[in-house]
Amino acid sequence: MTDSPQEPAARRVDRAGVVVALALAALAAVLVWDSRQLPSTTMYGMGPEVMPVVIAIGLGLLAIGNLIDALRGDLPPRESADPRAVLLILGGLVLLIAIIGLGGGFILATSALFVTTSAAFGRRAILADFAIAIVITTLVYLAFDRLLTLSLPAGPLERLL
Amino acid sequence: METFAALAHGMAVAVQPMNLLYALVGVFLGTAVGVLPGIGPALTVALLLPVTYKLDPGGSLIMFAGIYYGGMYGGSTTAILINTPGESASMATALEGNKMARAGRGGPALATAAIGSFVAGTLATIGLAFLAPWLVDFAVRFGPEDYFALMCVAFVTVSATFGNSPVRGLTSLFIGLTLGLIGIDKLTGQARLAFGIPELLDGVEVTTLAVGLFALGEALYVASRRHHAEEKIEPVRGSLWMTMEDWKRSWKAWLRGTMFGFPIGALPAGGAEIPTFLSYSTEKRLSKHPEEFGRGAIEGVAGPEAANNASAAGTLVPLLTLGLPTSATAAMMLAGFQQYGLNPGPLLFAERPDLVWGLIASLFIANVMLLVLNLPLVGLWVKLLAIPQPWLYAGILVFATMGTIAAKPSVVELSMLAGFGVLGFLMRRFDFPIAPVVVGLILGPIAESQLRRALAISLGDPLVLLQSPMSATLLGIALIALLAPFVLKGLGRFRASED
Repeated sequence: MTDSPQEPAARRVDRAGVVVALALAALAAVLVWDSRQLPSTTMYGMGPEVMPVVIAIGLGLLAIGNLIDALRGDLPPRESADPRAVLLILGGLVLLIAIIGLGGGFILATSALFVTTSAAFGRRAILADFAIAIVITTLVYLAFDRLLTLSLPAGPLERLL
Repeated sequence: METFAALAHGMAVAVQPMNLLYALVGVFLGTAVGVLPGIGPALTVALLLPVTYKLDPGGSLIMFAGIYYGGMYGGSTTAILINTPGESASMATALEGNKMARAGRGGPALATAAIGSFVAGTLATIGLAFLAPWLVDFAVRFGPEDYFALMCVAFVTVSATFGNSPVRGLTSLFIGLTLGLIGIDKLTGQARLAFGIPELLDGVEVTTLAVGLFALGEALYVASRRHHAEEKIEPVRGSLWMTMEDWKRSWKAWLRGTMFGFPIGALPAGGAEIPTFLSYSTEKRLSKHPEEFGRGAIEGVAGPEAANNASAAGTLVPLLTLGLPTSATAAMMLAGFQQYGLNPGPLLFAERPDLVWGLIASLFIANVMLLVLNLPLVGLWVKLLAIPQPWLYAGILVFATMGTIAAKPSVVELSMLAGFGVLGFLMRRFDFPIAPVVVGLILGPIAESQLRRALAISLGDPLVLLQSPMSATLLGIALIALLAPFVLKGLGRFRASED
């Protein structure tokens, strides 16, 4: 994540673009490495190990293409980004995964995400939002788990319902 | 004649009270979700997939038809009232529609969009009903090598030809193709790119990818740049109805938009962007009031909206007859079919005619319902737009994660969802198109198995790809389409000049 404001007209090396190119090259390497451990069993035609290599070659070429664009500074201009907002939402997702993983149930998990997301969008009334979140997610739980009989993970709160 | 009989049979399926109810619920939900800013039709379908899990395939596909059209219509409402097109195909609508709304003519703008969508959707569905059987007759003769070549055309046109940068479009496609490799290889049972994680053996779920890229990615992106611009909703002032003059200026634009939208959408090239912008520039050229363009010309809403809807129906032609999704929305529809183990293609027409024709008939019904539902309910949709942004996006994320939690409540699956969210955010930030990733994930494995089948039949001779005239031609087209943007760089500037 780069949040350095970029001059639209400046034609200089775009570091983020170079990182993209390197990431693509690394992905290509992973594909080739993974395909190596597949035994070739097919008598005719191509086995499962061929396509990963073909895609890896494509990714390698695209890494070069992206690198050229980045070195020329040919990427579209980017506006500055607010890393705090992004981290808040990601933190909410981590909380959600942890709560689901630990058996905390649907209502608590999605409420956590609700509160962090609304904070990311500038709300400061955490407690009020938490109350709203509990009400909304409980309604969602009742509608989908009971009415539509989808199975949503149940935790302590869901068992009270 | 055969088409009429099949369509009549489909109508009989679609007008069963339960199916009508499904269509109504689909249209209502589709519009309600589609109207939320930043949510395009593809995401609408992805978010609402879990709602249809428990229905029978027929009812669920009919609900899908409603969701699809509802999502499209909802998107145009957002474009007109707050100038945030949920997808690039609504950009032209936002261009003129938002200006009209600011000038107090939001009502007529919404009306011409709704009626234009209805006219275009109906005409294009008729086109679909007549073109599909013909194409099915043609498609049953396709060998695996022809399918592979056809998918190559779709790959190239979806990612390289129409975007701003072919390199970035192809990069997106190859990320999707890589994701498509994950899991057990269907032909040999070997695990690829699973790294010993059991959850990865089943491969990447299309809905997880789409919801992560579209919903989480969009929320992260909007949150990250919230300090740049606040969205402003234009209130709908004045009359909702179109004047005689509006009708006179709209109807030709609707028909011309349909003429652009349907054929281009029906090609295995995909994309509603080209027809909408073609329609916009045509209307601008033909208009008697060219000075109004850029300041709220009704033709500039009527034409592109019709083109957008007609091309959406058009993309159902390759989807239903060939199993070839050429847009992110179509890819989500295909995921919906696959949820029931149904594979769209010529065989589906033969095996489940009730299902296919029921779906086509439902498209007509969904269209009528949209018109009846949306004009009177426009006040309700506007209220949905007025939900404060923090709660709106928080709610969107609750629904977005709910789909995955309901389908697979595992830490691995949810981490993948979060990872795709980050990917979607970075792709938006660095201007990589998103749709090719989804198309790559869903079409990649199909293309691979067709290619391997072709090579197995030919005993490993790769020349089989060139011996079939069909496949040779298609591969030639794919190659030209791949190289053309690099040769003619001007094509890429077409879009920039319209903005």
